[in-house]
Amino acid sequence: MSSLRDDALRGLRDIAPAMLAAVPIALLFGALAAGRGLSPLETFVMGALVFAGGAQFAAVELWATPAPIGAIVFSTLLINARHVLMSASLAPKLAGFSRGQTALGLYYMADENWALAEKRARTHRLTPAYWFGMLLPFVACWCATSTLGTVVGAALGDPRRFGADFAFTALFIALVAAFWKGRVTFWTVAAAGLASALTYRLIGPPWHVLAGALFGLAAAWLAAGDAELATEARP
Amino acid sequence: MTLDPHNLLAILGMAIATFATRLAGLALAGRLQLSPRAQAAFDAIPPAVLVAVIAPSALATGWPETVAALLAALAATRLPLLGVVAVGVAAVVALRALA
Repeated sequence: MSSLRDDALRGLRDIAPAMLAAVPIALLFGALAAGRGLSPLETFVMGALVFAGGAQFAAVELWATPAPIGAIVFSTLLINARHVLMSASLAPKLAGFSRGQTALGLYYMADENWALAEKRARTHRLTPAYWFGMLLPFVACWCATSTLGTVVGAALGDPRRFGADFAFTALFIALVAAFWKGRVTFWTVAAAGLASALTYRLIGPPWHVLAGALFGLAAAWLAAGDAELATEARP
Repeated sequence: MTLDPHNLLAILGMAIATFATRLAGLALAGRLQLSPRAQAAFDAIPPAVLVAVIAPSALATGWPETVAALLAALAATRLPLLGVVAVGVAAVVALRALA
């Protein structure tokens, strides 16, 4: 019983920085959603049902009255295509989860809690208590603060003044550092960054996410091959 | 407090699309027999995905954002998560003021 509590608290402790970093993002999201005519309740429901920051921002960018459902769903699908790779990588580590826990757990798998779970899985067995200890406060905080954003957004003024729009970028850089494995990671990051930025400039969102991820994987595949050859060549 | 049926439909569509991507990996996971090279590519999924998401903001916005991203990366070698966010946000505010 106590290990259950320990794991849940550990999850809460691990997610806390990401949760706090997401607060200004959520406020910004709420403010933008309100600007596009979404009500506080609709913003709350989107957070609770979709819970995918990047896709939600893109959707609000496309939102109009009436909402272009096809474009919004397609953009969501493209931006979240990375989840297929993420859940494929996480699934074998959810061994102790029941079917219901796996389904509900994956329903709320976002970049941050997934990255922290992958990191945790390197040294410990992933438990449902740890996973949901991260998830529940994170989801609750995202829904509450994005709804709050629809109400107070206008009063806060331009979020760029506080650098709030950059918190997301800085947070992701910190998460990447947690996965650093030397040379292979360097080439992965370089290829993913360049491919994503170029695709964003030349073709436009949301294709940059897919292009960046695929080029990053290709670079890792190539760089790892070099390493294999180098160790084979050594007597 | 309104919930427009058309908006709700759009939100439900997003929810289904998102859950589909989050569940799809389950079907994939058991079937993969990976060579060491493919394993390295698989292990590279986390950094590749994270970088692909933020690259437009870090590399294709302006020099203040690019420099702030580099400073955050430097901070990430020695600071915890929240410290890195603080450095990145403070740097971007200061550099935008200069720009």
